[in-house]
Amino acid sequence: MTTTLPAYDDVVARYEPVIGLETHVELGTNTKMFCGCPTDFGGEPNTRVCPVCLGLPGSLPVANKAAIEATIRIGLALNCSIAEWCRFARKNYFYPDMPKNFQISQYDEPLCVDGYLDVEVNGETVRIGIERVHLEEDTGKTLHVGGATGRIHGATESLVDYNRAGIPLVEIVTKPIPGTGALAPEVARAYVTELRDVIRSLGVSDVRMEEGSLRCDVNTSLNRPGQEWGTRTETKNVNSLRSVERAVRSEMLRQASVLDAGGRITQETRHFHEDSGDTTPGRSKETATDYRYFPEPDLVPLAPDAAWVAELKAALPELPRLHRRRLQLQWGLSDLDMQSVLNAGAVELIEATVAAGATPAAARKWWLGELSRRANEAGIELADVGATPSQVAELQGLVDAGKLNDKLARVVLEGVVGGEGSPTEIMNNRNLEVVSDTGALTAAVDEAIVANPDVADKVRSGKVAAAGALVGAVMKTTRGQADAKTVRELILERLGVQS
Amino acid sequence: MTDLTRLTASEIAGLVASGDASAVEVTQAHLDRIAAVDGRINAFLHVDTDGALAAARAVDERRAAGDELGPLAGVPVAVKDVLATRGVPTTVGSKILEGWRPPYDATIVKRLRAAGTVMLGKTNMDEFAMGSSTEYSAYGPTRNPWDTDRIPGGSGGGSAAALAAYEAPLSIGSDTGGSIRQPGAVTGTVGAKPTYGGTSRYGLVAFSSSLDTPGPCARTVLDAALLHEVIGGHDPRDSTSIPAPVPDVVAAAKLGATGDLTGVKLGVVKEFTGEGAEPGVTAAFREAVDTLTKLGAEIVEVSCPHFRYALPAYYLIAPSECSSNLARFDGVRFGLRVGDDGNRSLEEVMSLTREAGFGPEVKRRIMIGTYALSSGYYDAYYGQAQKVRTLITRDFTAAFTQVDALISPTTPFVAFPLGARTSDPYQMYLADLYTIPTNLYGGPGISVPCGLSEGLPVGLQVMAPTMADDRMYRVAAALESAVGTFTPPAL
Ligand SMILES: [Zn+2]
Repeated sequence: MTTTLPAYDDVVARYEPVIGLETHVELGTNTKMFCGCPTDFGGEPNTRVCPVCLGLPGSLPVANKAAIEATIRIGLALNCSIAEWCRFARKNYFYPDMPKNFQISQYDEPLCVDGYLDVEVNGETVRIGIERVHLEEDTGKTLHVGGATGRIHGATESLVDYNRAGIPLVEIVTKPIPGTGALAPEVARAYVTELRDVIRSLGVSDVRMEEGSLRCDVNTSLNRPGQEWGTRTETKNVNSLRSVERAVRSEMLRQASVLDAGGRITQETRHFHEDSGDTTPGRSKETATDYRYFPEPDLVPLAPDAAWVAELKAALPELPRLHRRRLQLQWGLSDLDMQSVLNAGAVELIEATVAAGATPAAARKWWLGELSRRANEAGIELADVGATPSQVAELQGLVDAGKLNDKLARVVLEGVVGGEGSPTEIMNNRNLEVVSDTGALTAAVDEAIVANPDVADKVRSGKVAAAGALVGAVMKTTRGQADAKTVRELILERLGVQS
Repeated sequence: MTDLTRLTASEIAGLVASGDASAVEVTQAHLDRIAAVDGRINAFLHVDTDGALAAARAVDERRAAGDELGPLAGVPVAVKDVLATRGVPTTVGSKILEGWRPPYDATIVKRLRAAGTVMLGKTNMDEFAMGSSTEYSAYGPTRNPWDTDRIPGGSGGGSAAALAAYEAPLSIGSDTGGSIRQPGAVTGTVGAKPTYGGTSRYGLVAFSSSLDTPGPCARTVLDAALLHEVIGGHDPRDSTSIPAPVPDVVAAAKLGATGDLTGVKLGVVKEFTGEGAEPGVTAAFREAVDTLTKLGAEIVEVSCPHFRYALPAYYLIAPSECSSNLARFDGVRFGLRVGDDGNRSLEEVMSLTREAGFGPEVKRRIMIGTYALSSGYYDAYYGQAQKVRTLITRDFTAAFTQVDALISPTTPFVAFPLGARTSDPYQMYLADLYTIPTNLYGGPGISVPCGLSEGLPVGLQVMAPTMADDRMYRVAAALESAVGTFTPPAL
């Protein structure tokens, strides 16, 4: 069934959205949640496993203290209360990528509860309530071979890789977020972005959505103004910040069209499709599952020591929002300029470049200019563009010392990005240094004057602006390696004209 | 020459240490005995002849090299098939694990090996330790050496029968609701359930995680204590393991063996005397109480009003945990797989495997547990059972403010004939009526032979506060010093 979707402005004029987000973060601990297996990516299937994470009969879990610490730090950064006593719980359901056919998670006794995260949208601060932050284990990966869909039904064979089984996962659940109106999609995106930055600043996860170390489910409902909240749907498979925004928007439009037609919203799980930007219903069976939660009897309750929690709180790093405000002041940027730095994902890169010796203005120029252009062209993150902050600072140092002009600096930068070495090495190896040998330059200037007698005469007669043609000629013979300002001065000097 | 199979573990250890017998001779004698009698007993599911002789040779070599040997070096041990043994079949008495050879050793098995004991093999049990007669083993019942038409108790019937049939001087059991103590009682042997967390569960195939407790079985109290000391103590691989030293159970057993219980106050559990017990059991128990009084103990009657709810609470908690613990047996990673013919879905293969692999009692408990944990029923069943558990714990702690230890018969009845209780699960469950409260509380309990009823052994149970395992050994050893050990008729 295809229906024409209503216009977005029209929808938000008639309906109020309530959104909610559930985010899973894979922690970057050295070992898994309940055993000593390494967590690094890339091993052959089933090489990062042991009796515990394979769920072999008789094996027992032991909780990873580093993961508990990381979760508490996340909770503290999100202004949560940390439970004085809590337990793990078993979530029971059969699925072959779950070695024990239950997941060790937390149910009604999470580690962190009742916090908030402030995010900025269009210069306004929106406070997002955090319901809970809890700790659980990841599952393995099932690969269905054969069959048309690549899904379990119709497959001729199923292969399971348990390397990821037992990786610590933190689940962060917001309270319902009403009152954002037309901004709901942007608020959702801003929240996930801010959450990502907070977690990254804690150094507990690399929080990369593309690699799945940050995953997001989006809940959306619509109601008429003044009426009760509507039935919500849960959208899964939202794998980028942009998709978070699109998923909320798409679900708002879909629900509005159902409601407009007098229909009812079914409480269900829906899947977001990156290519089409819309959602389709998941298996309704999933919502009917009874997980038979009960306290995990193989693990003793967690009772984080209050003094330890206080210590962790005191040692929290400056959180991104405050950190950004401080940098903005230090760099002397307007709100608008700071926003473009943020949008480019360049805050940390500029900060590190400044730390390596560049001025804020120069650092910003490189990262937002040439390097952003290259990243956009290649469709990659700015941080992955191939130049490091220290290389950019070094490059700027060469410019400041007069060894490179702007044009040459770009050529050197290309070498840097291409992996040819440090800016100084590339400059030397490719012989790109600005020609500052006055003897050689004078010869080139004299040659240009001889070759362009008419122009030289004009300059001699006082038409100083005509010197530009001679400068161009010199730059050409020196293959751009001369400093244009020096060349101009030399020409005027040779022609006996005061500059 | 002495029959090496008739000696206690401490006597064998002495002979090996002095060089009067080699570990290989001792081991061979037990292997020969198993070959001779186990066809009639079926205590063993697997006899590891080569592994046992190799372990024995290693002990003899270490002795020859002048190495210091542990107190049980060279002593054969039979291990209940519930513990994972590296490279040695581990079935838990179930078809679903037939042929599974674990890639790792349970912590207790590791400790047994490190102590120089010699593992003879794996003993029979009710499937997944669910049962009180060993009749629910998928590999045929074990028979009681006192009367081979009768059951040896369960679930650890194999470990108890192996002792009574002189196939092994020591064995390991596991006790979730009485599976060490009840078989001990009906075979005239000693079975001790340590404090929960006092022995590691790592490598113990789980039935009910919050109740399962591995422990020692022997023919004497001292031997049980020696084995307890070897296998006990903190294990970082088990989160519920208690980070404290093992109570000095060996010293307590030696103290008790002097036959002096002066200053010890014992409470007879009022609710467990008379009610439901066979007259012969009650009579033997009464006589044992008189003996304990003569040894100097002060005896008082103690009421534990909530013990009567222990059985129903247990039959909600244990099945609930088992329904989750046994979910992993699905044919995907290990053990039996049924119906994988290329035409069936994964779900079908998983369910056919479980259908074929689990026996009726296991299925019954999985069903009960799944139901009790279901949304909408959780509070009424699992939640309520946990409250009862708290009340039972309070009964114990209140009792232990008045007395040093509690005593009762271990079981309401002596060994019953094979088949007598298999048609009515409730009649079978009653076998654990007196042992279950201890599991719900988490404290230690021991069964020690106290007499005979119509020629069959009766056990007395001593229950102590958590981490006071030494107290029960002292009382049990004192009783043993007065009444002696009990030898079944020749097979
Ligand atoms: Zn592992």
